[in-house]
Amino acid sequence: MSMFFTIAVIVLVFLVIFQIAKASEYVSILKGDENAKAQSNKINGFLMIVFLVLGLVGVYLCNKALFPKTLLAHESPSVQGEKVDSMLWVTLIITGIVFIITQILLFWFSYKYQENPKRKVFFFPHNNTMELVWTVVPAITLTVLVVIGLRNWFSFTSEAPKDALVVEITGKQFGWMFRYPGKDNIFGKKYFRVINDAQSNPLGQIWADNAQYNLKADPANFDDIVLSQTVYLVKGKPAKFIINSRDVIHDVGLPQFRMKMDAVPGTPTTLWFTPKFTTKEMKEKTGNPDFVYEISCDQMCGNGHYSMKGVIEVVTQEEYDLWMAKQKPNYYAAFPDKDPANQKPVTPAAGADSTKTLAAAK
Amino acid sequence: MSNEAVLHAHEVSHDVHHGGHDGHHHHENFITKYVFSQDHKMIAKQFLITGMVWAVLGGLMSVLFRLQLGYPEASFPWLEDILGKWAKGGHISAEAYYALVTTHGTVLVFFVLTAGLSGTFSNFLIPLQVGARDMASPLMNMLSYWFFFLASIVMLSSMFVETGPFSGGWTAYPPLSALGDASPGSKTGMDLWLIAMALFVVSQLLAGLNYIATILNMRTKGMSMTRLPLTIWALFFTAVLGVLSFPVLFSGFILLIFDRNFGTSFYLSDIFISSVGALPNEGGSAILYQHLFWFLGHPEVYIILLPAMGMVSEILSTNSRKPIFGYMAMIGSLFAIAILAFLVWAHHMFVTGLNPFLGSIFVLLTLLIAVPSAIKVFNWLTTLWRGNIRFTPGMLFAIGFVSLFISGGLTGIWLGNSALDIHLHDTYFVIAHFHIVMGVASMFGMFAGIYHWYPKMYGRFMNNTLGYIHFWVTIAGAYLIFWPMHYEGLAGMPRRYYDYSVWESFKQFVELNRFISTVVIIVFAVQLLFLANFFYSIWKGRKVTTQNPWESTTLEWTTPIRPGHGNWPGEIPEVHRWAYDYGKDGKSFIPQTTPVGDDESEHH
Ligand code: HEM
Ligand SMILES: [Cu+2]
Ligand SMILES: [Cu+2]
Repeated sequence: MSMFFTIAVIVLVFLVIFQIAKASEYVSILKGDENAKAQSNKINGFLMIVFLVLGLVGVYLCNKALFPKTLLAHESPSVQGEKVDSMLWVTLIITGIVFIITQILLFWFSYKYQENPKRKVFFFPHNNTMELVWTVVPAITLTVLVVIGLRNWFSFTSEAPKDALVVEITGKQFGWMFRYPGKDNIFGKKYFRVINDAQSNPLGQIWADNAQYNLKADPANFDDIVLSQTVYLVKGKPAKFIINSRDVIHDVGLPQFRMKMDAVPGTPTTLWFTPKFTTKEMKEKTGNPDFVYEISCDQMCGNGHYSMKGVIEVVTQEEYDLWMAKQKPNYYAAFPDKDPANQKPVTPAAGADSTKTLAAAK
Repeated sequence: MSNEAVLHAHEVSHDVHHGGHDGHHHHENFITKYVFSQDHKMIAKQFLITGMVWAVLGGLMSVLFRLQLGYPEASFPWLEDILGKWAKGGHISAEAYYALVTTHGTVLVFFVLTAGLSGTFSNFLIPLQVGARDMASPLMNMLSYWFFFLASIVMLSSMFVETGPFSGGWTAYPPLSALGDASPGSKTGMDLWLIAMALFVVSQLLAGLNYIATILNMRTKGMSMTRLPLTIWALFFTAVLGVLSFPVLFSGFILLIFDRNFGTSFYLSDIFISSVGALPNEGGSAILYQHLFWFLGHPEVYIILLPAMGMVSEILSTNSRKPIFGYMAMIGSLFAIAILAFLVWAHHMFVTGLNPFLGSIFVLLTLLIAVPSAIKVFNWLTTLWRGNIRFTPGMLFAIGFVSLFISGGLTGIWLGNSALDIHLHDTYFVIAHFHIVMGVASMFGMFAGIYHWYPKMYGRFMNNTLGYIHFWVTIAGAYLIFWPMHYEGLAGMPRRYYDYSVWESFKQFVELNRFISTVVIIVFAVQLLFLANFFYSIWKGRKVTTQNPWESTTLEWTTPIRPGHGNWPGEIPEVHRWAYDYGKDGKSFIPQTTPVGDDESEHH
């Protein structure tokens, strides 16, 4: 009902505007075309200035209301993010100045040079000096921006430092999985055809011989730790992600760290950065007790794309070590009988045995 | 010389074809005049009106998905009435949301701003402004429209299939677009999408070759290339871009069709879909598609923008009563943009794992393209300077175009710098950027063109008051909608999200999203006012009484008020000067057909 009412009102408003517009046309014919034109020219010329002034005020007010809600309002929690921010500011200042000057000229000229029967227009088809200046000056300015940009780009895309904490991250519709290499610091080999969610092998770790695909178990897999949704990183320690996808293209988006990288099936990519503040510290800095570092999927990956969320906990080294000590290799989830914790109460000897074989297999 | 020969040859064939020399009076029935017309002016109107239908549909889609973004909690029972299972309980479902966003993007980019914009004005203006009776091949021209029409029908039909239209974004990246098991929209909907797009490419190629041939070969006597109005130069480069890049897109689509239907692995490798298990494909590269897509995709944004730039140049000069400043620099910058447009595609792919060195080359070339863009802006500003401006509705939209082009172009400098793009890619910052610079700016170019050439199209004027209301509400609305989106982008807010409420990092924009959606509805309503004005004026508008209502120099205003097929009843006029002699030697304007006088000051 209210729907019809709204439509009726809109249609009515339309008809009124339409009638007024038609009437104004008749009036202009009565008054003489020239007069009417001069008058509407004045009005539109004036509106040019009004638009300019209101526009600039609007830009200011918009900034005042929305700036605190952006990431720029707080110091970036990554070393790379700081560089991004400082580059953002330089770019903002340069483009901001050009924006203000050109918009002012555009609307000011429109107002100032509105038709005036007394003015003789200036026949000014070209001027080489002026054209040269506004080719060269933008070119130089852009060169400066390119230089700053490429220095950062090469530093962001360089090899990660040797001591980086390496985590493998894999996207699937619609969630994230993480893998730590375990004590041996080596990621075991994977093959997508042995992926089996029901048997706790969501990544396709090759941990059993497979005649069909001619695979041999990779013992490096036995201590790999696999997690979903939340990943732990260490404050001050470079973190390197090796990024994979299991199905379609996803993207590891790290808004707070100002980084992102696509997850492409079949082609691993990498990304590294150095977190500066723990999650706890960020809660204080932002004044938001619910603050979390979120991983947002930034590449359209299907109907659940908007819900594809991961969480990064940045903690201190001690907290990390404590947490890590509690994690169990994924191998034990798939083969509970191999888990020393499960075997002890039954036959402690066999458990010790299997650990030995594991160690020997390495 | 040869030029003239071609021209005469054409005239002869024209005469033979119609069995009489007078373009007005050949016998046409309704079908040949309005449906299977070969008159470039009628084909232009067909493109325009089909484009308008799509603009309304595409705009309506944006209103619907903005309702979801602005009022995620609210329930609108009438949505269920029109969308059925796609809006159970009055909430648009995620599937429907993505289908709407995807179709909105595809339709506006290709059907509205490519076919509707360049299709309309290339057809309408090229023969009229170069001084030709019609296109080089009127038949091919007609076919190009009908291929577009077919593409439209197929695209429309995709919205009614059981599994829904394609919903993976207008860029249609595989594997998502290749695998029906990954998304229901990638089933039949995607097949239809691909067929529609393939037909569309055919339409564009037929059209583009024709435009190029006409501009190069069918200019009237005296119309050297450097006397062409800038509209024609812009439409020329547009056609060249299209002819060179659409085939690449086509090949990308063909490979995708193969991957979808014939078990090839061009784009597919190492894929495990939860519902069906591991796929047999190995060895393909998903990134290959992106290269092929953006090799068209980037030129495409200029295919959309250049016609608007050309028309804006023409309209600004005419209504400032002053020559366009730096005519040769304007052509040079169009040329530079056209070349560079082919060399920057990978700036859409900075975060795909692209080789960083390659990335740096694309940064360089991308920022280089800002130089010719800057030249154009400064030249437009100087054209206004010390002019004598008449604010016709066309002129207002041309000025609005410049403002929007500045605003959106400057953010391109942010995004072209890969180190910043790592942060901003696929956020609302990008949405703001391309809507301002391409979406709305080109729309403004199109509106400017429609208001300006309406008298030539229909022999009547559109209502000015409505035109003024249309302009001021639209420009204010465009900025209110898209300016704040930059801030959402700077908060890292990703695009193509159906719902932000579960995200701690992005949920602070609830009121802003509501505000934006409300403005969208208002702006959309005002576009309907424009349409009402357009159609009403076809029959009831104020009649044009003089041949040259804007006191313009170009050839189209030397034709009769309502030109017939063939455009000029007698000889095609000869051209003696460039198109921008406004305010020269104290004269308001000197048409291109006026011979250079003895006492005239030197220039062109
Ligand atoms: C009434 C004016 C318009 C509004 C309010 C609007 C709004 C939007 C919004 C909010 C999105 C992002 C949706 C999402 O990613 O979740 C979007 C996407 C898009 N729009 Fe518009 N739009 C408008 C006009 C246009 C025009 C004129 C064009 C033509 C160039 C256009 C082309 C696109 C494209 C290409 C996309 C991307 C589609 C995709 O990501 O798959 N829009 N629009
Ligand atoms: Cu996603
Ligand atoms: Cu591009």
